[in-house]
This record gives sequence, structure tokens and C-alpha cells, in this order.
Amino acid sequence: MAQSYFDWAWVVGNLGDIWAQLAEHIILTVIPVGLGFLMAFPMALASIRWPRLYSPLLGVAGILFSIPTLALFVIMIPFTGLSKATAIVPLTLYTLLILLRNTVEGLKGVPSHVTEAAEAMGYTRTRQLFRIELPLAVPVIVAGLRIATVNTIAYVAITALIGQGGLGNLFMDGFLRQFPTPLIVGLVLSVMLAVAADLGLLGIQRVLTPWQRNPG
Amino acid sequence: MKFRARCLVLAIGIVAMLMVAVGCGGGGQDALKQGGGGSGGSIVVGSANFSEQLILGNMYAEVLEDQGLKVERRLNLGTRDVVFPSLKSGEITLVPEYNGALLAYLSKGESNVTSPEETTKQLKDALPSSLVALDASDAQDKDALVVTPETAKKYDLENTSDLSSVADKLVVGGPPEMETRPDGLPGLKRVYGIEFEEFKPLDAGGPLTVEALANGDIDVGRMFTSQGLIDARGWIVLADDKELSPAQNIIPIIRKQDNSGKIESALNKLSATLTTEDLKKLNKRVDVDKADPEVVAKDYLKQKGLLGG
Amino acid sequence: MIDVITNLIDWFADPANWQGTDGVPARVLEHIWYSVLATVIAVAIAQPVGILIGHTGRGGALAINLSNAARAVPTFGVILLTFLVAGIGLIPVLVALVVLAVPSMITNTYAGFRAVDRDVRDSAEGMGMTNWQVIWRVEIPVAMPLIMAGVRIAAVQIVATATFAAVVSLGGLGRYIIDGLAQRDLTQVLAGAILVAALSLLTELGLSRLQTAVVSNGLQAESEEASLEAKLEGSTG
Repeated sequence: MAQSYFDWAWVVGNLGDIWAQLAEHIILTVIPVGLGFLMAFPMALASIRWPRLYSPLLGVAGILFSIPTLALFVIMIPFTGLSKATAIVPLTLYTLLILLRNTVEGLKGVPSHVTEAAEAMGYTRTRQLFRIELPLAVPVIVAGLRIATVNTIAYVAITALIGQGGLGNLFMDGFLRQFPTPLIVGLVLSVMLAVAADLGLLGIQRVLTPWQRNPG
Repeated sequence: MKFRARCLVLAIGIVAMLMVAVGCGGGGQDALKQGGGGSGGSIVVGSANFSEQLILGNMYAEVLEDQGLKVERRLNLGTRDVVFPSLKSGEITLVPEYNGALLAYLSKGESNVTSPEETTKQLKDALPSSLVALDASDAQDKDALVVTPETAKKYDLENTSDLSSVADKLVVGGPPEMETRPDGLPGLKRVYGIEFEEFKPLDAGGPLTVEALANGDIDVGRMFTSQGLIDARGWIVLADDKELSPAQNIIPIIRKQDNSGKIESALNKLSATLTTEDLKKLNKRVDVDKADPEVVAKDYLKQKGLLGG
Repeated sequence: MIDVITNLIDWFADPANWQGTDGVPARVLEHIWYSVLATVIAVAIAQPVGILIGHTGRGGALAINLSNAARAVPTFGVILLTFLVAGIGLIPVLVALVVLAVPSMITNTYAGFRAVDRDVRDSAEGMGMTNWQVIWRVEIPVAMPLIMAGVRIAAVQIVATATFAAVVSLGGLGRYIIDGLAQRDLTQVLAGAILVAALSLLTELGLSRLQTAVVSNGLQAESEEASLEAKLEGSTG
């Protein structure tokens, strides 16, 4: 059976590699969440403008979300080979459900008396959106971003099975050689990354909503 | 205005931080580059996802870097089914391969050759025109059927052909592709008349197969002759007396357009030095002693005087 | 594209794929077995904890924070690590799936309990109910929408994630995906994906029915909301 001690020497000797994997992991998280948001945002706006679009859009995103992660990555291979795209496309698709839903709910959640007041004051639809509704929707939208980010960080590790991987490569190395240390390092870093991202996004929310100094 | 300003500042800040992070850490891995080799003349060394491949990949990279070439390592990519298409498409430039296995993969059928020389010759003919095979090494990593000493004793097993009468009582484990590959189960049936009771899809001589054999979940495991851990565990390799398994000499495959005399001579020198016994020792260091493939590769090269050219 | 679809239909139509240890029925049963086992264990761990902190109102912050951290743990990594420690068998799969499911069940049950109206609880105590009676006769029924939402979401996640069992040489529908990847058989991978998605959907529907049956009529509307909330918060692959 594998040794169950932690080999610090390995950690020290592989810092460069560990850092490189962490950097790759960050990129494979930020790009999908970013792209997902860029896609979900217009979809959300469309769903508000034309409410009948919401159900079908949510439905499609939901179906994508229910395809097992491993399968979706593997299915991409014949089309996109071993490139980053094979990882990024599914990762992005997985964020759509939560980002779409939270953006829509966030915007819908703006109290109607606020929007009515804005209209009465002469705000155009666009200005209303960007100056009033969006800022007020930030907490809910950021909540969605937080969940999408934490989820994505976990999914990225799986891409180790298709040649990408980030910290997942540390998992595989440890597993293949029955050597717990890289695995443990990878796990700890994943969790730390997720917690940091979650808190970071929360911090961004606070910065963007100074009027909400008492968090709800 | 304040809100938008905040958003903008935050966005710029985040992008800046990311660029710093990627710039510092992305050194070892070229994160956003697609279609790897050929740009800027760097060689992208790829490898499959097991220890020996990592060692070989690192060795290739080391000797080429030693020659002053720019090398990017993209090791641990997956099985041949994932690695070879990448080689063809140009995402990677160079891989360590096995002449017999690659020939079988390319010819999609039975290659009736088992001699190293003949296998290499046929492989060279079978390669697409964009790829070229360098010299084959004497070092081989052949497929092996492995049993515990207890099983060998119980069924009186020494050669693979000894399995034919008892296989229907035995469970075999190996990589999922063993089920369909010509030199896997179909080949065992064809050449030896062996039909096992059950096939368990595990991995290619990896921890799943090792553990399964160790705790009796399988009776026979598909592993590889150069795995140092077979000896370390005191297991027995059944001799391939009917020569089903083709020769599996280590051979570098490189994209023709990226090849050069310098690369050829460096790699050929390495291939000429490497032996099967060497492979076993190197694999043992990585698999059993948990040493780093990169370190093990470098040590070997230094020891054999292959660096500093 | 058409090729892909016809190959898929052929795969499902092929009787050989419905027999034996690698046949669809066998793999589905294995998958269900792992999922049910994991769900039961997760419930056995999560509900008592959730009920305890929900009822007493103490330790909530700690539990929530631990749960959030646990949600950040990649299931893929847990299963590999547990394999190294415990070897081949069900343990790696169960540990990984339980770690995945417990956080959302705890937070949901806790939230459900906290949401029980103070007045309702007070009048129950006023009527002379003991702690246990308050829990069983008042809090659990009122918190049921959220409790069930938590269980339902956890179960669906478990079904979707049990595909990883194949990574550590077990069976289940993940086998089709892993073997398909190794054998370069896209059809097999697709078949596996479809089967898992279908099973997830069935689990969702089945537990939905259960939820409707178990949640008292006055609370039905709330439970829909709670479910969608929980679903989106839960997944870590």
C-alpha cells in the first residue's frame, strides 16, 4: 500500500511545477467563468426583455449542466483535440446555468418602486439598467459568480484526464505513482484557491456596493 | 458614474494581477499557446501518461535542451489515442514511442512481425509523411502477463501458453483498450487459444492493476516488462513463448519539419545507450522509490555522460 | 453528426450491450447501488448534525463555514486520495460522494430549522412538548421543504458524480465513459453520458414526487423555490 506520510522534500523540489499547475488552474477557471458571464449577461438581458425566452434558455443551460463532466470533456476531443478549448468550452457551458439564473433573478429582484421612480425621473431603459438595476443586482449576480467559480475550480481538476488539468495533474501524478504527497498538495491548493476566489469575489461585491455596509 | 468607475478599476486591477500571476508561473507551461511546435523553433515534447513515458519524455527534453534548443514539455497527456493525433496535428513535435505498438496502431490490424528490425522498418513505412522515426533503441518495453508466485505455483504457470488450459478459471485485468486491441485479448485468443473468465478494465500497469493483482481481485495482470515494480513485488512475468507480443523498442517519433541533424544525433545517441535493464531501474526509482521522473532522467543522463555536449 | 446519431442508436439497439457484466442493466444497477449507499450514509451523517445545530441554533456559523469549505474540495481528488489510502473497493467512492453530499444537506436542514417561526416553536414549548417532540412534531415537518430539497439535490449530485467510480476501477455507468475514452470509442462515451443524464433526471423526478408526498400541503410552494436554490449551490463535479 502507499506510504501515508507527507514528503516535504518533494514539495520543495517541485515548487516551480506546482506553481505552473496552479497558474494553469487559475487560467482554466477565470476564462470559462469570464466567458460564461459574457454569454450569460446578454442572455439574461434578453430574458428580461422577452420573458418567454427565459424558460427555454434555462432549460438548455440545465441540460448542459446535467451532462456528466467527464463525458462532456471526452466528447469534445474529436472536435478540438488536446487544446485548451477542449477544457474551456465545457467548463464555460457548465457556468451558464447558475450565471444566467442569478443575473436574471438579481435584475428582477430590484424593487419595482425603484425602477418606477427612475422612469419617472426620466431615465432611459439603458441608463436605468446600468445606473440603477445593475448596481442593485450586484449581490445576487456575484453570488452566482462565486458558485460558478468554486464549481469550475473543482471541474478543472478533471481535465487532467484529457491532457490539461492544472492542479489535477498533481492528483494524477500522486495517483499513478501511489504517492500521496502531490495529491495532498493539489487538494489543499484547490481548496485554498476556491476559498480565496470566493472571498475575493465577496470583497469585490463589497467594493461595488458601498451602500450596503451591513451585509445581509 | 461612481459605480461604473469602480467596475472599471476593479476589472483593470484583476486583469493586471492575472497577467502577473501567469507571467511568473506560466514559465514552465506555455499556457495559452495552441498548436505548439514550430513557432519560434521550440520543440514540444509530448508523452503518454505513465512513468516510463515521463522519464523518456524528460530525457528527450534534457538532451535537446543540452544542445541549446528551446524545448517545451507537455508530458502526461493521456493514452496513445490522445497523444498521437496531437503529434499529427502539430500540437506536439516529438514523442517517445514503441515500434510494435505504434505499428499496430497505424496499421489497424495484425502486424505479423516480431523482430525489432523488421518492426522498425515496417513502422517507418507506415508513418504518415509528416512524421519520421529516428533510431530505435535496444531497450524494449513489451507487454507482459504477470501473476503472483502463488498463482504460478497453483496452476503451474511459466509461459503464457500454460494459461490456455486454465484461463477460463482466471480473471485478467488490464487497460480498457486491451479488450479490443489486436495484441490484447483478441490476440491472446487467436495465438494462444486463451479465453479468460473475465476481463476487468483497469489501467495500463498502473496503480489499479497493481492493487488488483496484489489483493487477488485479478489473477493475471497486464503489465510491462520494463516496470521495475514487478521485480520489487516478487511477481512473475509469463514468457511469451508463441511470440504474440511484437517487439517494442523505444523509438523517437518526430515531425519531419522540426527535425534536424542536431536533434537526430542527440536522440540517437541516447537511444543507443539505453537498455531494458536501465529502463527497469529507472522505472523502479520513479514508481517504487517515488523519485521525480525529471530528476531520475537527469541523473541517468549525467551518469551516462549524455549531457554537456 | 448524423453518423454520430446512427452509431448511438446502433449501440443501444445492440443486444450485446444489454447483457453480461458490461451490459447496461448491470452497469445501471451498480451505479444505483453506489448512489443509494452513498446517499443513505450522507443522510445518516448530515441530518443529525443539521437537526442538532438547527434546533439549538448553536454552532451554525462554524458548520456553515466548514460546509462551504467542504464544497470547495474537488471530488475527483478525494476519490484518488482515498484510493491510495484504502485501496480498491467501495470506500474511495463512498467517501468522495459523502463528502460531496453532506455540506448541502447540512446547510439546507439548518436553514430549514432556522426558518421555523419563533412563534410556532414557542407555542409548541408552551404546550408542554419536550425537546424531542418539538423536533419531530414541529420543526421537522415545517422545515421539510428545505430538508427534502437538500436530500434531493444531494442525491442527484451523487448520481451524476458516481461516474467517477470507474476511475478507481469500479463499475457503474462511468465505465462507459472511461473505457470509451481509452478505447477511443466516442459512441460508448456518449451512451454513458446519456444514461447518466437520464438516471439523474429520473432521480430528480422520483425524489420530487417523494418531496410532494412528504411535505405537507401548506408548504408546497416554498419547497419549489428551495429546490432550485439548493440545486445550483450544490455541485462540485
